[in-house]
Amino acid sequence: MQPTSHSFPANARAGLANPVLQQALGLARTGFPQRRQEAIARLPEFEELREQGRAIKDHVLAHLDFYLELYEQNVVASGGQVHWARTAEEARAAILDICRAANAKIVTKGKSMVAEEIALNDHLEANGITPVETDLGEYIIQLRHEPPSHIIAPAIHLMKEQVADAFRAAHDELDPARPLADPRALCDEARTVLRPLFLAADVGITGANFLVAETGSSIIVTNEGNGDLTQILPRVHIVITGIEKIVPTLEDAATLLRLLARSATGQEFSSYTTISTGPRRDGDLDGPEEYHVVLLDNGRSALLGGEFQDMLRCLRCAACLNHCPVYAAVGGHAYGWVYPGPMGAVLTPALVGVREAGHLPNASTFCGRCESVCPVKIPLPNMMRHWREREFAQHLNPPVYRSGLRLWAWVARQPGLYHALAGIASRVLGWAGLYRGRFRSLPLAHGWTAVRDMPAPQGRTFHSLWAEQQSRAGRRR
Amino acid sequence: MSATRDAILHGIRQGLWRGRLSPDRAAELAERVAAHRRNLVPARAAALDPAARVDLFVAMAEEVQTSVARVASEADIPAEAARYLAAENLPAELVAAPDVSLDTIPWETRPLLQVRRGRAEAQDAVSLTPCLAGIAETGTLMLVSGPGTPSTLNFLPDTHVVVLHAGQVVASYEDGWDLLRALRGSDPPPQAGEGGSSLGGDRVGALPRTVNLITGPSRTGDIEQRIQLGAHGPRRLHVVLVEDAPAQG
Repeated sequence: MQPTSHSFPANARAGLANPVLQQALGLARTGFPQRRQEAIARLPEFEELREQGRAIKDHVLAHLDFYLELYEQNVVASGGQVHWARTAEEARAAILDICRAANAKIVTKGKSMVAEEIALNDHLEANGITPVETDLGEYIIQLRHEPPSHIIAPAIHLMKEQVADAFRAAHDELDPARPLADPRALCDEARTVLRPLFLAADVGITGANFLVAETGSSIIVTNEGNGDLTQILPRVHIVITGIEKIVPTLEDAATLLRLLARSATGQEFSSYTTISTGPRRDGDLDGPEEYHVVLLDNGRSALLGGEFQDMLRCLRCAACLNHCPVYAAVGGHAYGWVYPGPMGAVLTPALVGVREAGHLPNASTFCGRCESVCPVKIPLPNMMRHWREREFAQHLNPPVYRSGLRLWAWVARQPGLYHALAGIASRVLGWAGLYRGRFRSLPLAHGWTAVRDMPAPQGRTFHSLWAEQQSRAGRRR
Repeated sequence: MSATRDAILHGIRQGLWRGRLSPDRAAELAERVAAHRRNLVPARAAALDPAARVDLFVAMAEEVQTSVARVASEADIPAEAARYLAAENLPAELVAAPDVSLDTIPWETRPLLQVRRGRAEAQDAVSLTPCLAGIAETGTLMLVSGPGTPSTLNFLPDTHVVVLHAGQVVASYEDGWDLLRALRGSDPPPQAGEGGSSLGGDRVGALPRTVNLITGPSRTGDIEQRIQLGAHGPRRLHVVLVEDAPAQG
């Protein structure tokens, strides 16, 4: 999809003014963090697992070429094929070629963020192939022609009424008067409508949570079972995923799997963790006859060795989204592309450019919750800071903002002047705010005071209080 | 295609500020892979004796809406299957995996229960399968595909019944991986260390095509985060736990 990250401020305002979105986000704000907290409280080793998970990912990234080659050898040895793609375009072309060779008309899809990243559905449709999203959330947003707003709960911005409307519009062969008032009925309807499509599909496309170098396997983690029906029923199974998903062994995968579900949904383990290796074997009664893996780079290798390398550890668990006050306020669509929340604020500028996505790393309070819940300890706030530096270095901010920052930087580097100005400002503001104790509006700070009051300073600066306390302490000694 | 591959690998090496790994370093990494060294395995299940491990499996499984019935021997499976189907108001019909491990179940003791052997078809409502292991840590079943165990049985029918022997209950996922590797037969025991070259073509068919780790019935929280069972896979998962063999130490 075409990114609209450059309109983040307008997108965010629209999100804040959308009552359905606000109601839906209200449910998410409490649900996910609480369940995660309960799950990790039951596993005393969780912190140590995070440390090990980080080490495994770092080890892989430092030897990514080796593990990719080993992985490819083992995919081929088990009868599968690997297709390498530098760009989204190359990945789309590879997938279309496989679908055409299979004479595919209907393609079922498990949930894949990489497929969103390369805008696969539009491409298949434009070429006469019908893609069918089978994850319930993805199916809902496909019917509504909109992108996912969350990386593990794509339809989290909707309430059941919007889902019912989408189903009534799309399933026009069903009785228009049927009751669709509760999630159970909606879930059953999706199951009934999608089942024949699962059976009719010629090709099934899934993502991968992990690729195991040791065995040449791909691993998917789901709760619905849609990913499994997608990959065992059609004649051809295509896996589309990023090159950073590699782990050396099943043992390494186990460590990361213990982190993934707990961080994502707060489950001990997701309902279905499936390890797939090659096509069906001699004598097998089901399973795909062809197994293809499309390995996408799309800017990932360029992050190696630089200040954003740590981002390649990401497991796509969404814990950072679920704990982010900005995401919880504006929702995922405001971020304007595929990856929202803190991980999106770091990854999106890397993949679509800081010129397009410079607003995203600025949309952070730097509260640090994202880093503190990340299962592989990605320093997300720090990397957002790096993007802000780059944005400044590339002269991408508006002139007023740049002059303001430059002036601030200059003053901050003259301690005498800084203390004098801070003292004056603090006394003036303290005096002006004496009556109310706070300001309803301040010049140059309307953006801040529009939604909250600014407390008036008490008249002294921190530096002067600190100096006084130090000298008193000195006297006592 | 191979030019693309080389370009990506070249880009990776460039990013890492190095060329190809030295043969020594590559050999070290190959050894790391072949050693299958375990990372931290939570103590939750590892420290338990076999009986307590089975109890933990049952408790964890029931927590995620798997139902478990304990029976004394394989001879009790037909009666338990019939009882379960009647209790759930389901017709007395099922499709059972053609695997030899289910050949000795005395279905003739329940003549009213119709049993077909094979893969699952669209109209099958109930399946019955064996499994390779139960993993106590999270109440997870491990099933592998093969000529006798088609994977469609695990996902197409509304109700999935799994036969698990108490002796198949292991502590951790890692214990499960050892069982997978033992299936292949050509792998040395996990403790042996070197394990031969992991780069060779002798790993054809290393793992079964599909390994399913199943923890409860299918579910979704995609609408208002309210959990619904039976999104696309089975609505019900029932384990018949056969307590006939002593659990492995």
